[in-house]
Amino acid sequence: MTHFVLDARQLLCPLPVIRAQNRVAELSPGDTLEVQATDPGALHDIPAWCRVHGHEVLETRQEGHEVIVRLRVVA
Amino acid sequence: MTVFPMSSPPPLAVPPIVNPHQAATVGAPRKAVALISGGLDSMLAARLILDQGIHVEGINFYTGFCVEGHTHAIRHHERAKPKRNNALWTAEQLGIKLHIIDVIEEYKDVVINPKHGYGANLNPCLDCKGFMVRKAREWMEQHGFDFIITGEVLGQRPMSQRRDTMPVVARESGAFDRLLRPLCARLLPETLPEREGWVDRHKLLEFNGRSRKPQMALAEKYGFQEYAQPAGGCCFLTNQQYSHKLADMWATRGSKQYEFDDIMLLKVGRHLRPRPHFKLIVARDDGENNFLDGYRKRFIHLHATSHEGPLALIDGTANDEDIELAARLTARFGKGREAETVILTVTDTAGNSRELKVAPMPANNIPPEWYL
Repeated sequence: MTHFVLDARQLLCPLPVIRAQNRVAELSPGDTLEVQATDPGALHDIPAWCRVHGHEVLETRQEGHEVIVRLRVVA
Repeated sequence: MTVFPMSSPPPLAVPPIVNPHQAATVGAPRKAVALISGGLDSMLAARLILDQGIHVEGINFYTGFCVEGHTHAIRHHERAKPKRNNALWTAEQLGIKLHIIDVIEEYKDVVINPKHGYGANLNPCLDCKGFMVRKAREWMEQHGFDFIITGEVLGQRPMSQRRDTMPVVARESGAFDRLLRPLCARLLPETLPEREGWVDRHKLLEFNGRSRKPQMALAEKYGFQEYAQPAGGCCFLTNQQYSHKLADMWATRGSKQYEFDDIMLLKVGRHLRPRPHFKLIVARDDGENNFLDGYRKRFIHLHATSHEGPLALIDGTANDEDIELAARLTARFGKGREAETVILTVTDTAGNSRELKVAPMPANNIPPEWYL
């Protein structure tokens, strides 16, 4: 199990979701990924993408203009 | 634009199974990939096929011209509204996976060289549909799926959803009769999934024409209440003003090319072209100010310092006289518009700044044709 960070800042949705989706495809079950974004839409879209694919959302938060979503890859 | 004969569509041959993965699925539940736009029609089409026991996964293509999300993300006043990606929301309602595919680079050829021409604006709808079904066909083959479904309705769209153009999409995409349109399938020739008995043709529909009532009735039957109804469609290329800005960009550059940032900037701000060799992009609110701020280093840019006002980018080449004109226009859109003079900072692409004091341009001195 490894932790990864994805910088999706300055990208407008759905690009942060696409970047997260493509990164998750390279990871193994149990790995965690922190997605950093600046489009507030990512706060909802990335968890929605996780729900439809069955991945676990560990945390969502906003820090100033940044959005952080942490997820765990599920098989 | 190519004109297609109104005679019966040509027969579409069953293509050979091109992926050994597909052959391995014989006897297993059949799998369909559904083009999901986030609108009601594709949602209903997917639901109809789910109801027949087919495994369905959604696919959604991001071209860069999608209305979805961007206006919302950029414009400040739009942020008050609840935000969601409609394609993801649709997938969640249906309980299916959704794969969002970045096709920004490949899509350029569709926009720049549409074989079948443009619609009322710079919308290459027939080429676009053919492109998306082709991408879905490639995805289907790579992932061992059996057929493709779309939410198309016969006669609903003037270019891509006509009786004579629907077979063109099936043929040019290479999907042939693995392309099923559940909402109007009974008005069309049988497809492979119907012939093979994977789906029951009698449970498919015969929606026809531009009326939305049958879709709304079906949505009510399924209990879909919050589906998206984009008034202007889901693509900026169908928007007259956006197409005008894109055409202006191509005309002034002398070539039909674009980069991703170009088409993003066309979505943002007021665009005014006071001279053939430059245009001005003026933010309309704080959200657009923030968005344009990310691009400012690539352009000569201006903002008022004596009054609150927008950030403006000069796209093109500008001499001192042009910059003064741009400054007067920028001042016009700030809170100093009624002031005798406004002080602005002008910064060039090397980062050198200077101050400029100008009289804001009166609104009635701006020729309407400057607005793109």
